[in-house]
Amino acid sequence: MAERRSPLSGLDVELPGVTVTEVPYLTQLNVRTATPLTPPNTTRRDGDVTTVWLGPDEYLLIGPGEIATPGVDVSAHRTTIRLTGPRARDLLAHGCALDLHPSVFPPGRCAQTLFARTPIILIATEDGYLILVRSSFARHLADWLLDAGSEGTVRYGRKPFASPKGHDF
Amino acid sequence: MLLIPCPWCGPRDEAEFHYGGQAHVAYPADPAALSDEEWGRYLFFRDNPAGPFAERWSHSAGCRRWFNVVRDTSTNRIVPQEANR
Ligand SMILES: [Zn+2]
Repeated sequence: MAERRSPLSGLDVELPGVTVTEVPYLTQLNVRTATPLTPPNTTRRDGDVTTVWLGPDEYLLIGPGEIATPGVDVSAHRTTIRLTGPRARDLLAHGCALDLHPSVFPPGRCAQTLFARTPIILIATEDGYLILVRSSFARHLADWLLDAGSEGTVRYGRKPFASPKGHDF
Repeated sequence: MLLIPCPWCGPRDEAEFHYGGQAHVAYPADPAALSDEEWGRYLFFRDNPAGPFAERWSHSAGCRRWFNVVRDTSTNRIVPQEANR
């Protein structure tokens, strides 16, 4: 049987003030419907399923288990990176042109935008941020985050992290 | 960098958008009835004003919706057209 491996091999790195963690294998369901599921630029939680607004008639349902809603399963399209900690917003601001101040982008807010030149879905949660990124761009984005997040704090010549699969960050 | 007001997502960097040219260019009702010159004019000829210009944009890195704005080509001041979202 083929080995199941997430795009970031279970990335979990603690940087000064911010923790970068992969949340692999989330179920992702793309739903097109004229019935509004959540207002523009917001998310809605129902149990462990989060509904993310993507467009006026388009939503992404994400959750850890099966989601019993008619839609297109796009789970393999993206992986998810979670940012938590007091410096999570500072780190995001390094690569994102959006105004992320809580008065503008509070928990429950979402956006599709470019981050470090990569298309992402950004979600503000109670404990930080979720970044959904295309699987093939995930490594680039993770490298970028770890580089920016360790700027000025990690001495040269010392590797802050090596993944179990041998990718050095 | 232009700051373009997406009617759905709000103001975003120009890099998130794809340009669609002049707005309100209607597809000919009966293309086969057009002369070569009329067809060529439909395909390739567009207004080029110094001043207000109605144009199409697609928020390709965001909600992926097409919308119209009026942009003043001499100042780049953009007026969103909410009715056309
Ligand atoms: Zn948009």
